[in-house]
Amino acid sequence: MKGKNILLEVRNLSAEVAGAQILKGINLTVKAGEVHAIMGPNGSGKSTFAKVLAGHADYSVTGGQVLYQGKNLLDMPPEERSRAGVFLAFQYPVEIPGVSNSAFLRLAYNTLQGARGAEELDPLEFDDFIREKIKLVGMDPSFLDRSVNEGFSGGEKKRNEIVQMAVLQPTLAVLDETDSGLDIDALKVVANGVNQLIRPDNAIILVTHYQRLLNYIVPDFVHVIESGQIVKTGGKELAFELENRGYDWVRAEFDAAKAAA
Amino acid sequence: MSAMLERLVNQPYKHGFVTPIEEEVIAKGLSEDVIRIISRKKNEPDWLLEFRLNAYRHWLTMREPRWANVRYSEIDYQDIIYYAAPRPKKKLSSMDEVDPELRRAFEKLGVPLHEQKALAGVAVDVVFDSVSVATTYKTKLAELGIIFCSFSEAVQEHPELVKKYLGSVVPPTDNFFASLNSAVFTDGSFCYIPKGTKCPMDLSTYFRINTQDSGQFERTLIIAEEGASVSYLEGCTAPKFDTNQLHAAVVELIALDNAEIKYSTVQNWYTGDENGVGGIYNFVTKRGLCKGVNSKISWTQVETGSAITWKYPSCVLLGDNSIGEFYSVALTNHRQQADTGTKMTHIGRNTRSRIISKGISAGRSSNSYRGQVKIGPRAQNARNYSQCDSMLLGSACSANTFPYIDVQNNSGKVEHEASTSKIGEDQLFYFAQRGIGAEAAVSMIINGFCKDVFNQLPMEFAVEATKLLGLKLEGSVG
Repeated sequence: MKGKNILLEVRNLSAEVAGAQILKGINLTVKAGEVHAIMGPNGSGKSTFAKVLAGHADYSVTGGQVLYQGKNLLDMPPEERSRAGVFLAFQYPVEIPGVSNSAFLRLAYNTLQGARGAEELDPLEFDDFIREKIKLVGMDPSFLDRSVNEGFSGGEKKRNEIVQMAVLQPTLAVLDETDSGLDIDALKVVANGVNQLIRPDNAIILVTHYQRLLNYIVPDFVHVIESGQIVKTGGKELAFELENRGYDWVRAEFDAAKAAA
Repeated sequence: MSAMLERLVNQPYKHGFVTPIEEEVIAKGLSEDVIRIISRKKNEPDWLLEFRLNAYRHWLTMREPRWANVRYSEIDYQDIIYYAAPRPKKKLSSMDEVDPELRRAFEKLGVPLHEQKALAGVAVDVVFDSVSVATTYKTKLAELGIIFCSFSEAVQEHPELVKKYLGSVVPPTDNFFASLNSAVFTDGSFCYIPKGTKCPMDLSTYFRINTQDSGQFERTLIIAEEGASVSYLEGCTAPKFDTNQLHAAVVELIALDNAEIKYSTVQNWYTGDENGVGGIYNFVTKRGLCKGVNSKISWTQVETGSAITWKYPSCVLLGDNSIGEFYSVALTNHRQQADTGTKMTHIGRNTRSRIISKGISAGRSSNSYRGQVKIGPRAQNARNYSQCDSMLLGSACSANTFPYIDVQNNSGKVEHEASTSKIGEDQLFYFAQRGIGAEAAVSMIINGFCKDVFNQLPMEFAVEATKLLGLKLEGSVG
């Protein structure tokens, strides 16, 4: 592991939403080429962590630091984080009536290209480009003409998120419960799409409640989050243990360790 | 988020300059004498003076309508200049003779006044305050028998046509503002497409109000004979003044058998400032008569300006199988008030109408759709489809929908759909997470919202309308 490029460093991060303290000192280091899974019971702060990384205005950081490629991520507005390569696949992607999926994807892509000083694609060039990308998750081209997420099924919305990830080629992708609401076939399609997007120079954080996603996207690390803190870190086998034993024992162990210290 | 949206939709009015050219004005105030002066200055025949005086006498018996969902302090009709014309008034035969100041003003407005620019395919009749200044492309159109000129010129050159059709769709007694217009109208456009002729280019008029305290009362009359068709574009701007200016126009369209008229407006009158001081009162009567069988009249409007808009471009579907359409985008900001919509009156059999209205409210504005669909006893198998969507930006604005439906024939079919939406913080965050800033996001959402209407506009106008909405939403995003 040594010598690998550190992409993300989270130090003692705490954050609140609507006056309630949700994150209470998160520590996490993510290097290029790694896949991290963040697991935990409902309400443990998993999704909050994902949203804080993306810069959602409802969440305010109350302490700690987040360095992304050595820069202070928390100082950057959400669109700059995106252009710097931070991607969030939403748990509940919003619908945007009247805006076609292809127009939205093209604007996102060209904005990013502009930020990188690279060439933008005209509608025809983009059409060729996007038709290749949607094959990754077996999406029908008719989706490109529909309004963004409007009337999409849960599974279609999640696949659309992965298409966007494929278009933007992020350096750090945070997938927030991308497996929720998917049947097993759709889960395989989405996981297969994500696997194809893993490169030695990028990293993925999978936020999930269940182990089953991890059968298809194999993590290097599994972290258990509980009451706003990472209480245990292990390898992929930890996910199986959680699946069998639930989350309570992790908390008990953590509290015991703290008491002993 | 609301504060951010406010900054987004606030941007200074770009057309707020005054052109320092000498104008010939008559003193403020309204009386039979003033009307006689206007009529004399325009060298009008007696029947037209009678038309004006009858309208005026009727107007004196009327009261200003108060049913619209708009509020304003009383208008003093004696405090308005009813006639203002750029001097000198000598006849102009080529564009080069137009006052350079005036030309510069139009250049600032982006009006394609020069012949070269007009080569793009737009014939422009420019109305500056009350007098039509120059008409391009007249010769080329004349070869096809198409008459496209100022209203005053039509009175001189084609009095029989004017006499036959003036007031035939909007009678001088129609409503308070139409009566006022009938009494004091000064100029406007006249357009006549002869039998079987398809007008080869879009015809365009650009209205601009220059003089402070002047009212603009223009009169437009478009006639499409049997089998004729025309697409007509109207654009409007006005300089910034602290006082309110009244604009009370009347537009009459007549489509005979198998004729088609498409009338598109992009209205960008001065809105007043963010506290509601100044701005245009736009009280306009626009109505089309589908007189012949299989005729079609289509109104498309993009209303972004005026302090107050009171406007209902309507269709009277008299001919069997005739079609009326109304496509509208109304954007209000600051203290703007808009009460706009349409009236579809089905009289003939198998008549069809379609209404697509998109209202966008921002700031502390109020935006109302008011529409009437009436299916008369003889209108067998008449159909209407209406869709009224409202979008709210911020929480200090309001949107209302007032549909009136009156069906007197059992075979009629009327559908009405309405929706209200808000640009949500979650939508903007979604865009931001994909690298798209708030300004571009709002613009994209609004263009998507207006798509069904913009698709109806001629290409040039669609681009202008998109840009205009973009400008209205331009601002610094913090």
